[in-house]
Amino acid sequence: MARRKKHKEIFALGNEAVVEGALIAGCSFYGGYPITPSSEIMEIMAQRLPMTEDGVFIQLEDEIASMGAIVGGSMAGRKAMTATSGPGFSLMQENLGYACMTETPLVVVNVMRGGPSTGLPTSPAQSDVQQARWGTHGDHPIIVLSASDVQECLEMTITAFNMAEKYRTPVVLLLDEITAHTREKIRIPQPDEYEVVSRIVPSIPPEWYKPYEETVRGVAPMPPIGSGYRFHVTGLTHDENGFPTSRPDEVVDLMERMHRKIDQFFYDIQMHDELMVDDADVVVIAYGCVARSAEYAIEQARASGVKAGLLKLKTLFPYPRRATEKALANARSIIVPEMNMGQMSREVKRVNSGRASVRTINRVDGQIITPSEILKVIMQG
Amino acid sequence: MNITGNEIIHQYLRHNKKFPHVLCAGCGHGIVLGSLIRSVHQLGLPKDDVVIVAGIGCSGRLAVYVDFNTVHTTHGRALTFATGIKMANPKLNVICIMGDGDALSIGGNHMIHAARRNIGITALILNNNIYGMTGGQSSPATPQGSVSMTAPFGQLEESFDTVQLACGAGANFVARGTVFHVHKLEKLMVKAIERPGFNMLEVITPCHTQYGRKNKYKNPVEMYRWLKSNAMERERFEALDEDKRGDKFPIGVFVERDEPGLEERYHELKARFAAGRNG
Repeated sequence: MARRKKHKEIFALGNEAVVEGALIAGCSFYGGYPITPSSEIMEIMAQRLPMTEDGVFIQLEDEIASMGAIVGGSMAGRKAMTATSGPGFSLMQENLGYACMTETPLVVVNVMRGGPSTGLPTSPAQSDVQQARWGTHGDHPIIVLSASDVQECLEMTITAFNMAEKYRTPVVLLLDEITAHTREKIRIPQPDEYEVVSRIVPSIPPEWYKPYEETVRGVAPMPPIGSGYRFHVTGLTHDENGFPTSRPDEVVDLMERMHRKIDQFFYDIQMHDELMVDDADVVVIAYGCVARSAEYAIEQARASGVKAGLLKLKTLFPYPRRATEKALANARSIIVPEMNMGQMSREVKRVNSGRASVRTINRVDGQIITPSEILKVIMQG
Repeated sequence: MNITGNEIIHQYLRHNKKFPHVLCAGCGHGIVLGSLIRSVHQLGLPKDDVVIVAGIGCSGRLAVYVDFNTVHTTHGRALTFATGIKMANPKLNVICIMGDGDALSIGGNHMIHAARRNIGITALILNNNIYGMTGGQSSPATPQGSVSMTAPFGQLEESFDTVQLACGAGANFVARGTVFHVHKLEKLMVKAIERPGFNMLEVITPCHTQYGRKNKYKNPVEMYRWLKSNAMERERFEALDEDKRGDKFPIGVFVERDEPGLEERYHELKARFAAGRNG
C-alpha cells in the first residue's frame, strides 16, 4: 500500500480557509469590492489568482458591479465567486436574482455583520439569514450554507462550488465575523480528497442545443460563451431557447423546473451535524459560531445529567426539515440561539407546528452567545 | 465581398426568433443594429467570437434578434457583465448596447470606471434623450427645456455630454454619430470594435413616440431632418462661433488612442508569473 502523503497543515483565518477551499474547488474568477469583515478573502485572492494558470482577479467599482462581473465570468466558463458583508450583499441582490433566473453557477460569501444599514461594521452577527434566502425579488430557489469553524470554512466553500455547478444556481455561504476571523490549525486536503464537480457542457451539435431545456434533473447543460453554442440569455421570463416569453404555459414550465431542480435533490443539499440528539430531551439548533458555544454547553449539561443534544445546521436553505423533524420527534424542548432577533427560529417554529416548546436566545449587541448563556437555558428544562 | 444588404441581414439575424420586433415605426435603433451587423461583417469577425451584452429598455431588446452570443442583463449593469466576460475570455469581441438612461444614469458609475479601466469593450450608447420603454420620462440626456412625462413644465436640469464624460474618464476611443449619417456611423463603429481598450460610440437616435411627439417634432421624418441639419463634423463645429452653435452638435472622433486594455495588462502580469514558474 502506498504511503499516504502527509497533509499540509496551516494556521489560518476562516477567510483564508475560504480562499483555500475555493482554489481546491477550481475557482478561477474573483470579482469583488472590499468590505469588512470579509476583506481578507479579496486580498488573498488578489495575490493568489494571478499566480495560478488561468486565474482572473478584478476589483470592481462596487458590489453591484462585482456581482455582474462574476455572472459574466461564470457565463464565460469560469467558476466564479465574490465575498462581501451585509450592506454589500444588499447591493448584490438584483444581480443575484439575475443569476437565479439565468441559472448561472456562482458562489457569494457573506461574512455577516450587525445591521440594519451599516450597523456594526466589524462585530459578529447572523443577521442576513433571511436576506440570503429572500433578498432578491421574485420567487426563486437558492442554496444557503454556513460554517462554524475554520476547517469547515474550507470544506463548505468546496461544497458551495460543487452545488453551484451541479444545480446551475448561485450558492450563498454565510459566515460570521468570529468564524471568519478565528485563526486555527487546519488541514489542507490532498487534491483527490474531495470530489470537485464541474457543470455539464453540451455534447450535441450547436444547432440542436437548447439552453433551458427540460431534463431529468431539471438542469440543462451550460456551454461557455464563445464555444460555438450561440444563444440568448435574459433575466426576462424565457422559453427553453432563452427567448423572452409571457405565454402562461411557458412561464409556468420555467418556474416549476427552476424550483424542482432544487426540491428534488433536497436530501442531497440539506446538510447538518448531530451531537447526542438521539436520546436528547433538549435539542439546541444552532449554526455558525453559536454552534460551537452550544457544543460546549451540551457537554456541560450532559456532565450534570441533563440529556441535551445539538443539531448543527450546515445548510440553512433549503431548510433541513427532515433533521429538525427527527429532533422534534423525541425532544421535549428546542432551543434556538442565534445572533439576530430570531431569523432561523422562524423556520424551526414552522417545522415544529406546536409539537415541542421552542425557546430562543437572541443577541444583537455584537457579542458572541456564550456557552454559559445556552447552558442556563438548557438547565431551565 | 459582393453580398447584398438583404443577404447580410439573413446571415446575422436569428432564424428561430419570433418576429416582429418591439421597435416603433421611425425608431433609429434598427439602423444601429443594421450598422452593427455590417460592421461585424466588414471586420470578418466569426459569430462565435462576438458577444452582445445589452442593458434594459428598447436598446436592450436589440440583442435578442442577432445570431451572436447575446446577453440581456439588468438595467444599467450591462458593462459589469461585459467586464466579467472580457476578463474571463479576452479573445471575445464584447460589444455593449446601452441606452442613455442605462449608461449615464443608473449605470453612470460603471461607465466611468469601465473607461478608466480601459477594458476592451465597445460601448454603444444609443442616445434618444428619453426613457422610451417606461413611457417617456426624463433621462440624463434629456435636453434642458424639453418636455417629458416627469418634466411636464420643461426639463430643469442640464443634460450630460456623453462624449465629454467618456473623454474625461479615460476611454481609448470616443466618437459620436447619428442614425441619419449611416455610412459615417458604420465607419465609426468599425473603428470602435477593432480597437483595443474601452471604446465608446454615442449614437444619436430619435425616439419619436416618446420624445418627438411632445417636443415640436410632428413625425419621425422631422426628427431625421433635425439630425441632418444639426449634426456637424467636429472640426466644422469647433470652428463655429459660440453664438452660432445653437442646437448644433459635433459628430466624429474625439479621442483616438491605442493604449492596451486592462485584460492585456492583466495577461502580461500573468505571463510574468508563468515565466517564473517555468524558468
